Amino acid sequence: MTPGQIAIRALIVGFSVSMVMVTGFAYTTLLERKLLARLQHRIGPNRAGYIPLPGKNGGERRLIKGFLQPGADAVKLFLKEDQTPAGVDRFVYNLAPMLAVIPAILILAVIPWAGEITIFGAHFAPYFAIAPGLDVAVLYMLSITSIGVYGVVLAGWASNSKYAILGGIRASAQMISYELAMGMSILIPVMLADSLDLGVIVSQQSGYWYALHIPAAAVFLLAVMAELQRLPFDLVEAEQELSSGFNVEYGGMRFGMFFMAEYMKMVIFSAIAATLFFGGYRGPFVDQLPGLGFFYLFLKIVAGLCMLIWIRASFPRLRYDQLMAFGWKRLLPIAVLNFIIVAVVIVLQQEGIIF
Amino acid sequence: MGNSFVFMLLAVIAVGSAIGMLVSRDAVHSALFLVLNFITIAVFYVVLNAPFLAMVQVTVYAGAIMVLFMFVIMLLGAERLRGMWGDRPSELVFAAFLGFLLVVTFLIALVMEGKTAVSANMIDSSPVALGLRLFEGYVFPFEVVGILLLSAMVGVVILTISNKRGKNV
Repeated sequence: MTPGQIAIRALIVGFSVSMVMVTGFAYTTLLERKLLARLQHRIGPNRAGYIPLPGKNGGERRLIKGFLQPGADAVKLFLKEDQTPAGVDRFVYNLAPMLAVIPAILILAVIPWAGEITIFGAHFAPYFAIAPGLDVAVLYMLSITSIGVYGVVLAGWASNSKYAILGGIRASAQMISYELAMGMSILIPVMLADSLDLGVIVSQQSGYWYALHIPAAAVFLLAVMAELQRLPFDLVEAEQELSSGFNVEYGGMRFGMFFMAEYMKMVIFSAIAATLFFGGYRGPFVDQLPGLGFFYLFLKIVAGLCMLIWIRASFPRLRYDQLMAFGWKRLLPIAVLNFIIVAVVIVLQQEGIIF
Repeated sequence: MGNSFVFMLLAVIAVGSAIGMLVSRDAVHSALFLVLNFITIAVFYVVLNAPFLAMVQVTVYAGAIMVLFMFVIMLLGAERLRGMWGDRPSELVFAAFLGFLLVVTFLIALVMEGKTAVSANMIDSSPVALGLRLFEGYVFPFEVVGILLLSAMVGVVILTISNKRGKNV
């Protein structure tokens, strides 16, 4: 293919994947509200829309009550008054929500959604992604994640509010601390697959899932929760202490963009966790029917989301010093030790000393 | 043709953001300009067929070091800088002299060595090639740099511990 064709294909795939993600994030909020409500013995949003089905005795059963709730939320956010508080740094205040959303969308470029596949006559090889075959895909992911902290930090600073700046400072400290443990745990699949290409990491997992390396997978999941700033690590927006932290001065669709970034990151990190540790798009019969890849990855993403929501419903928030102590004194040493052990074992295997 | 257009565009952004960093009187704006500059340079690396370096550049400089800068600026509340020309004119004269030296050095280097530019396509800059270079050809300098950074880190830890001794453990 010529560079022009590659660019056009990347544009089309990128546009469609981003569109799916933008609507997908809305339904992630619904999933979270519904599931959280069930876990807390509530009903959750059930007013906006339902799917009517014929029921017993001529009545009707209402399925998925409230499935239009995300649409209603979006309309509400768009119609709200777009106000800017006095005394803010206007340029940075307007820039911060965009800096929160853009990295979340950029990470999509390297995630493999399915294996080698032909859609509408277009052949995607070696796998279906916006930028397939990038030999620095894992590093790209890490670098875009590390850029993501700017949205929160700058929002906190530009708002000219004590609560917001405290939230921003907490966010930067937390994300820098947990990025280290996350990086160390990502290195385990990289070493096992002997590649920085996410597609190769997935195809190497045809035998067994890398999640069997439980320390690496556990450290990764904990670090991701901290990176996403979700309970029990959501010190950044602790309501009792900071009212809502970095986004307290934002309203309307600007607030909506922070919300969007948070839920898109949830989806994306579920996809990354599935790719690195749970076999990505691989599953039974995926070699015969490549289209199944989308379905398997979708299932794994939903499972990841449900786990994140379940944890949110189960655990109380940590104290700030506990959060830092846990990150630096527990998680990072475990990650480093695990990294060293796996590296040594791999070398010993290559030298033929152990099997 | 396409490459030179990309180069010109990137060059304008890089120089513009560098000037913006110097001229801006708000430390956070300066830091943001510097982040933009680092990212532009990362794109330069991509154009030069070195994606690994580009990603490391973004992760280390834009993602870690500048976030720490931002953290310190916000923590100290040191956003406002002095006037554009500083307090003392002597500083300005010295800075101008150093800048002049830099330009002269650059020109000398360009005249002496500049004729042997290496084409980007001739270099193998894949992660594997770079790793082999680093750990075979340059393993000694690499280790020296590692020890240097480690000693700096140990020094910081010792400084903070001795400040707190006796107060609370």
